[in-house]
Amino acid sequence: MLSKNQKFKWSWLFYLAVLILAFIFPALNPGSYYIQVVSLAFIYAIAVYGLNLIEGYMGQLSLAQAGLFGFGAYAAALLTMKLQLSFWLAVPLASVLTAVVAFFIGLISFRTRGHYFVIFTLCIGVIINLVIQKWDAVTGGMNGLIGIPKPTPLGPISFDSLKAQYYLILVFLLLTVFVMYRLVNSLIGRTFVSIRNSEELAAALGINVMKNKILAFCVAAFFTGMAGSLYAAFIRFIGPDISSPTLTFEFLLYLLAGGQASIAGPIVGTLLMSGLTESLQFLRDYRLLLFGPLLILIVKFLPMGIVGLIHKLASRSPFRRSAAKSLNPSKTVKGEGL
Amino acid sequence: MILETKALGRDFGGLTALNDINFAIDDQEIVAIIGPNGAGKSTFFNVISGFYPPSRGTVSFRNQNMTGTPTHIFARLGIARTFQTTHLFYNGSVLDNLIVGYRQKTKMGLFDAILRTPRARREEADSREKAQEVLNFIGLAGISTEPVANISQESAKRLAIGLALISEPRLLLLDEPAAGINHNETKGLVELIRKIRSHGTTVCLIEHKVQMVMGLADRIMVLNYGSKIAEGSPTDIGSNQKVIEAYLGRAHHA
Repeated sequence: MLSKNQKFKWSWLFYLAVLILAFIFPALNPGSYYIQVVSLAFIYAIAVYGLNLIEGYMGQLSLAQAGLFGFGAYAAALLTMKLQLSFWLAVPLASVLTAVVAFFIGLISFRTRGHYFVIFTLCIGVIINLVIQKWDAVTGGMNGLIGIPKPTPLGPISFDSLKAQYYLILVFLLLTVFVMYRLVNSLIGRTFVSIRNSEELAAALGINVMKNKILAFCVAAFFTGMAGSLYAAFIRFIGPDISSPTLTFEFLLYLLAGGQASIAGPIVGTLLMSGLTESLQFLRDYRLLLFGPLLILIVKFLPMGIVGLIHKLASRSPFRRSAAKSLNPSKTVKGEGL
Repeated sequence: MILETKALGRDFGGLTALNDINFAIDDQEIVAIIGPNGAGKSTFFNVISGFYPPSRGTVSFRNQNMTGTPTHIFARLGIARTFQTTHLFYNGSVLDNLIVGYRQKTKMGLFDAILRTPRARREEADSREKAQEVLNFIGLAGISTEPVANISQESAKRLAIGLALISEPRLLLLDEPAAGINHNETKGLVELIRKIRSHGTTVCLIEHKVQMVMGLADRIMVLNYGSKIAEGSPTDIGSNQKVIEAYLGRAHHA
């Protein structure tokens, strides 16, 4: 019991340190470029939390995520530009609208399973992308939407500066993490995991599998749409590219690298991989040559991502002897077939 | 009578897996279904637990016609089941695996979970308490924090039964509970099944270990090629010519 408590304290201390670092980061004067990069990573991380819920905890790989991200972004942009709604109304409204769209997508797509579900949602993503591209009158087509208003000031607080926007996005990210943490650590989270584990067993336990899948998909879409609407207000220009399947696969890369079905995974993966993307800018498109094999290596050797690796190492450390199960030799694959 | 099937049939494509099964299970009895491989035992289970809709005939549970009822409603009305291969969540602990079994009795929604409302707290506590209670009942209290990947085959079997029991079903369907465990462990399992019945739950099991079934069941139904070929007490079944033929083949005279 003691060792469990100690682990508890240590990990919370670590999270506190990360939180403080996140708050003082702009004060370290890293330059606007880095603030911009980190802010954008935070926005993407919110979307990756959505994917983490539906794929990591629920085991349903949805490839419609960038489509939903784009939908949220265009919805927020149109609400603020055409209807002159305040940012504070447009963001929740766009998020809810995205969830509503996901509800209808879910009703149809969850009639398929496994690979069929993956392909179906990929198609949905492509359809949303095409609609955004072609519907010139509303979305501006290939030209996109320009001049999306900045976040509306909140009383005396204005969000004109990059630093202020950084903090705004950070608050949204923390809110997302909080909701996800509460959710996955509840009976509802257990229900999702039981469906990932075995749909038959879940149904035999009286769980309405369809209803829970749709619920998880809507919550995931809510946050993905929220990320999209933050993107619109932060970048202030959006084009059809933000709803392209390429972005979905980037989200997936972030999630797999960080570690799915963990609360830290999405943020760790997103920061790390988008940092890597930025630092490899000089390679231009050739950096994809690096990312492909990297993804294969991660999937093969770190199925639970970086966070999973850390957990594994921590459970082996001498500080947690009681928890270390030396009886159970880990199933590490020793490079066979290479 | 707790469950009754009338002229029950189920086809897969052109193949008739079950044909014209009239069968009833009485309150608080232990019934076994036996038969050679491919006799339709598992299909019968899948139909009476709501996994497959019947092609013909009806299933009624406590005088309620169950035709067209979704699978999860079967469970909520009180029919719990286990599977031939245990579908446990291997990364979770024994206790973790059990808790979700109580979900069907709880009502908390999304916002209860996010805001951790009194209802959410109460239901989380109830589930945990109920899981602990079941752990004691199935004799796994000592390994509650152990990851399921580390427990023995016998413990996994018990855990799968516990998971079905946590919602306090009226009828428990066990699909080959003794497969893959040894003689002594089978004895322990028989005791557990008797204990379950003495707590008021009706048990129906599919089992290949005929010796175990003979000592345990009040009544046995024998299936062969999708049809019922015999039904009766273990002694009747043991001396039934049709059953012996189904298992050993007919004696041919050259």
